[in-house]
Amino acid sequence: MDLILDGITKAFWLLISFDPEVLGITLLSLKISGSATLISLFLGISAGALVALTRFPGRRFVVGLINTGMALPPVVVGLFVTIFLWRNGPLGFLGILYTPEAMILAQAIIATPIVTGISLAALQQLPAKLRLQILALGATRAQMVWILVKEAKLPLLAAVMAGFGGVISEVGASIMVGGNIKGYSRVLTTATVMETGKGEFDVAIALSILLLLLAYSINVVLTQIQQRERPR
Amino acid sequence: MSLPVPVFEARNLQVIRGGSLILNVPALIITDGEMLSIIGPNGAGKSTLLQSLAALIKPSRGEVLFRGQRIGAEIPLLAYRRKLAMILQEPLLFDTTVFNNVASGLKLRGLKRHEYEPIVVKCLDRFGIAHLGDRSARSLSGGEARRTSIARAFATEPEVLLLDEPFSALDPIIREALLEDLEQVLRETRITTIFVTHDRQEALRLSSRLGVMMAGEILQEGSPQEIMKRPVNEFVATLVGIETIVAAEVVRRKPDTFVASVAGHEIEAVGGRDAGEQVLLCIRSENIALSSPEAAAPPHPRNFFCGRIKKITPLWLHQRVQLDCGFPVVAYVTNQSLTSFPLAEGMEVAVSFNPADVCVIPNRSIVKTGSQ
Repeated sequence: MDLILDGITKAFWLLISFDPEVLGITLLSLKISGSATLISLFLGISAGALVALTRFPGRRFVVGLINTGMALPPVVVGLFVTIFLWRNGPLGFLGILYTPEAMILAQAIIATPIVTGISLAALQQLPAKLRLQILALGATRAQMVWILVKEAKLPLLAAVMAGFGGVISEVGASIMVGGNIKGYSRVLTTATVMETGKGEFDVAIALSILLLLLAYSINVVLTQIQQRERPR
Repeated sequence: MSLPVPVFEARNLQVIRGGSLILNVPALIITDGEMLSIIGPNGAGKSTLLQSLAALIKPSRGEVLFRGQRIGAEIPLLAYRRKLAMILQEPLLFDTTVFNNVASGLKLRGLKRHEYEPIVVKCLDRFGIAHLGDRSARSLSGGEARRTSIARAFATEPEVLLLDEPFSALDPIIREALLEDLEQVLRETRITTIFVTHDRQEALRLSSRLGVMMAGEILQEGSPQEIMKRPVNEFVATLVGIETIVAAEVVRRKPDTFVASVAGHEIEAVGGRDAGEQVLLCIRSENIALSSPEAAAPPHPRNFFCGRIKKITPLWLHQRVQLDCGFPVVAYVTNQSLTSFPLAEGMEVAVSFNPADVCVIPNRSIVKTGSQ
């Protein structure tokens, strides 16, 4: 119990003292996971819209793959991103292994199926005839997709929350492709793993509390938007 | 002198889904300013026809011409769709204000705020929702939402209006008010309108021409009066509200009429039929008179029968009386008539109708609907 109380006290001090290392780790976590979420939103909503609004052979198989992708283990993603970015790998020429860019790539791969799956479900739950109504109003296909995405904005906010939540909390891929390099690619999750390994439980607890606070703050903002927009 | 080019011309239009033919319209022409109503039960293919005409679904075979131009070939699809407006069963409003909903079609056409604002204001006013402009569409009642969807359709000033059962699921008072407003606007604007519904009362109010659909086919089309008086088969007769339909055999021919035998009774009808022909005799309920069996002069002595009242169902303005005359008969009696001639179940009455009010359908055209 003392251990937990010490951790909470330590977190409090780290927060109010604006510890430069902790601040750097927190900001880098936010930057990497935020960027990955933005990329996954672009890719995921586009892919979700494409699958939701078109009929093609093997569509169910694709939907099954997307749903499976929502449970993609981060270590598997980390492994394959590492192989691809390895000096001799297909993308080795990029030279980004053990950089924040590699972490963004890995996290985007983790978040994209989550956002795709939720976007797909969100667009499919819109009234079937809404598409006809939009086209009958004289919309182009692009205008129709944009209106549908706007109509599904509340469940799509859930996709943002799930996508961000999935990557801010993952550790396996970040360690494997980022290397947990101090001051360069160390984020809250990788730092927590490292401190736990060292037996520095109070610091690990402090970092965990910071991680929870960060995730909570982002989700509070998104939840506020979502609930304000909720149909009455 | 050449004939005017029709607004729509459907040629051999067929839609096949899952191997089933769900729409089969060999020919359909709709002229400028016409108000065509299509009635039929659920699943008759009415909405599919409307969506095919609007080029919202691709027909499996055939084509639709708009003012003589092939859609998608001679007239671009988007340009074509922007000449139409469609109102579906559900209002399907967007998650924004009523003003923005009404403006949506105009915004999609690239109009700037200063261009669309006066049009939207006028439309909001015309449909009595000017006070709702800033309200969220999500907070509207069913009637308000429906008015908004109609205003949204009219805001684009369409050449053709397509209505897909827009009054379903509305309570009678709101429906009546909306019908009244829409009827007035359609008469003022003289927009070519195609209206699909399963409600014959709505169809009669909003049409200059009526079509009856079943199983993907248009069974009959013509003026509402023509279809009401001369349905081509039992299904159409039932759909246009004829409740007394009896199978009969012609027993003799007269100069302008014929006599047919029905369960041992003889019914006289106008027309030329030969003895032995199998026919269906249809009599509208409002054309059947009930009187006392002891009355000295029945209203229609040539078709005069005694019958027993089986059931009386009170309706809003009249009573529906089901009788057994050896064959089933349904008559409507106004509430006012009941005060001078009270009726009761089990009572014996005289039933009579004019031979000119008997519609005759050849028995070969019977369509079994299972509704009797």
